[in-house]
Amino acid sequence: MSQDVESKVKSIIVDKLGVDEEEVTHDANFTNDLGADSLDTVELIMEFEKEFDISIPDEDAENIATVGNAVEYLQDKV
Amino acid sequence: MDISLDGKTALVTGGSRGIGRAIALTLAELGADVAITFASSEEAANEVKNEMTSKGVRAKALQADAVDLEKAEEVIAELTEDWEKIDILVNNAGITRDNLILRMKEEQWDQVINTNLKSIFNYSKAVAKPMMRNRGGSIINISSVVGLSGNAGQSNYAASKAGIIGFTKSYAKELASRGIRANVIAPGYITTEMTDELDEKVLASIKEETPLGRPGDAEEVAHAVAFLASDLSSYITGETIRVDGGMAM
Repeated sequence: MSQDVESKVKSIIVDKLGVDEEEVTHDANFTNDLGADSLDTVELIMEFEKEFDISIPDEDAENIATVGNAVEYLQDKV
Repeated sequence: MDISLDGKTALVTGGSRGIGRAIALTLAELGADVAITFASSEEAANEVKNEMTSKGVRAKALQADAVDLEKAEEVIAELTEDWEKIDILVNNAGITRDNLILRMKEEQWDQVINTNLKSIFNYSKAVAKPMMRNRGGSIINISSVVGLSGNAGQSNYAASKAGIIGFTKSYAKELASRGIRANVIAPGYITTEMTDELDEKVLASIKEETPLGRPGDAEEVAHAVAFLASDLSSYITGETIRVDGGMAM
């Protein structure tokens, strides 16, 4: 299951940010490494909410800055 | 070339009376499904709703205090659930509590700023995500020429209406990349219940200051809103259009 979450998260990021899969490493920061602007980050969160059918409150979303943050957060919630 | 809003959905805050009512009816006339919010005039709101329904579109009248962010989120959630999307938001809800600065009570200041300005933040924030998902939308905020020129006795109202312009420009810049446009309409002297409260002397001087020499109709404001709501204005964002008979030029 946790492997599923990770690969799903990565494919959402590849799709949304238009980056190559090998760039989407555990420590990659959406803004600094993957070229996301602030609205892209909001849209990523919205996409996670839709794909995993959960609601991510703003205060949690603010702490999701890297691929690893997202994977860990979602593994915890799903 | 005609303006058509067929297949679009719209929300007009403060849509039961005055300019908001005219805007709601015009958008419905052009084919949009329209929801209005109202603070207290339920009967008037239902009349507007029925009149819109008779034009063959879907219509809703929802009671909502414009100052309440949570309520705004509920309203938008209801619309996106029932109508799947929201294409047009017209932030129209507004009040006056006129007084000279020397006599103005804190309460008069707070009421006007909250109803006229915070309400715009509430609804514009609440529609941002649905409009982003939909890759587009048009927001029209109703300001006033008083926000451009100031007016003795209306410092609270003028501050709220000028604030709307700064907010709208910022919003337009933040969300332009997602196809969301935001513009302002600044009406001048338009005959409504709100202007019925003005005394004869003030009205006479307003007419004198209006190059077109007459008060405007709410429908004339609604026509400008319809243009900004439609795809005919697809390259216009962050703009303020005066509908004031030339008063503030």
